[in-house]
Amino acid sequence: MATPTLPIEGFAGPQSDSAQNVIVFEDVVLAFEDKPVLDGISFSLAHGETKAIFGVAGSGKSTLLKLAMGLVRPDEGRIYVLGNDITRMREEELFELRRRIGMVFQESALFDSMTVRDNVAYRLMEEGDVSEQEIDKRVREALSFVELEHTMDKLPSELSGGMRRRVAIARAIITQPEVILYDSPTGGLDPVTSTTIIELIIKQRDVYKTSSLLVTHRLQDSFIMASHYFDKKVNKMLPLLPGAKGEVPMGFLILRDGKIIFDGDVQQLSHTRDEYIREYIS
Amino acid sequence: MAAGNLLTELELISPSDFIKQKILSVQQYALLSARAIGNLFQRPLYVADTVQQADFIGWGSLPIIVLAGAASGAVLALNSASTLQRFGSLGLIAQLVSVGMVRQLGPIITGLMVAGRNASGMASELGSMMVTEQIDAMRALGTDPMKKLVTPRVVATVFMLFFLTIISDLFGLVGGAMVAVLMLGLDSHQYWTSSWQILAFQDVFTGLVQPIFYGFIIATVGCFYGMTAKGGTQGVGRATTQAVVVSSVMILVTDFFLTRVLIVLLGFR
Repeated sequence: MATPTLPIEGFAGPQSDSAQNVIVFEDVVLAFEDKPVLDGISFSLAHGETKAIFGVAGSGKSTLLKLAMGLVRPDEGRIYVLGNDITRMREEELFELRRRIGMVFQESALFDSMTVRDNVAYRLMEEGDVSEQEIDKRVREALSFVELEHTMDKLPSELSGGMRRRVAIARAIITQPEVILYDSPTGGLDPVTSTTIIELIIKQRDVYKTSSLLVTHRLQDSFIMASHYFDKKVNKMLPLLPGAKGEVPMGFLILRDGKIIFDGDVQQLSHTRDEYIREYIS
Repeated sequence: MAAGNLLTELELISPSDFIKQKILSVQQYALLSARAIGNLFQRPLYVADTVQQADFIGWGSLPIIVLAGAASGAVLALNSASTLQRFGSLGLIAQLVSVGMVRQLGPIITGLMVAGRNASGMASELGSMMVTEQIDAMRALGTDPMKKLVTPRVVATVFMLFFLTIISDLFGLVGGAMVAVLMLGLDSHQYWTSSWQILAFQDVFTGLVQPIFYGFIIATVGCFYGMTAKGGTQGVGRATTQAVVVSSVMILVTDFFLTRVLIVLLGFR
């Protein structure tokens, strides 16, 4: 049985050596105003892996991403990102580390007073040592990745919701980060646009081998990710051949009441006996 | 149903929690102010952002400052005219307008006008960025929002308020002159000579120290309420109102203490 070679090359799987993990959560506890949000969260994200995080609204999925980015600090526990214990780092040190991480926010969070070009180029302009020509070249590359080169001079308010998400992805990938955190990138979008966004995430995973955490409410999105790979030759995602499922670097994490109740791959998810999970995925 | 919602919104808070919240707010404000100053000595310095803010605050506020300054000077002259006339000292009107505008009215009027215009603008702009996660996005992109957003606003406001106050003082004198010359029939040359000669170093110094403090208050209070805004558009509206109210009250309270300190330090009448 032939399996596609592109996406699975070098993938060590979720149970890989801890040295290969790009993100590690160890017994993380967080409460907001005495209300527990996350309680004893422990998991790891392997190099090259994409992990989809599910849970009902308010279960702490977005908070988990903000913790991984160091935007929120945990009350207890340790978080390691790219080998750094971010719970012990000062904000100034985190700014350096964040340059190696991309994040796509729930509502895109584009700077509304800047053009698409300036939004995407933001990180390069902040670095200060990149020439205008180089910035333009790299912005065009990033926007062509999301097929939005023609929107360079537009303001975010002139774009549709789906286009804004794609610009947010372009902004996140322009410096080719080692990890990308996606917070509900398809939330509130129509199915066609959602599939376009998911294809971009698969492309990033399979072409650039970027590790990522993906918060989503849409099970179908993550099942598409677990059952498709990106073919560079035809420049589109294709379904894996029968029997190849689970061989793309894709994991699943389910949160309930601030705790992780599932952490595994698509095969384990489909064979789970947990009633809550079965009901959730049905 | 509606009553239930109202009760939920009017959630009671214990006095100790209320005091804790207020102390926490003061602590956060003090930290923001300290970091705004500390960032002046750390790279990167956002010079372009500072110039842009200076243009917005300085040039943008100029029309209202000119009008408010001229109106204040004119009203001051008008109100004092009848009293001075009773004592046969109408000629002192130039001294009264000059000292009143330069030492006190000019800085206060300018401070309050800029607070109304810019503290609200900063709170609403930063508040909108906060509730739409743009501030988080900025941090995620490796930029310190304190350096990029707060420090340029503080520097620009302090710098521009200083010059706006001078302009306000000048137009206050012009307003006073219009009343004195056109309505009361005083000699124009005498008015300007008197208003110039009466000013002592202490008057000018007092008048020019104040905007430095007021500019700092306006920018830090505006930024503080913006950076701590939460609760969507309603929260942004609340932050905007609070920024104007708190900065205006702080300006008036600071004015009292600052004037007292300067009187003691400079030993003037």
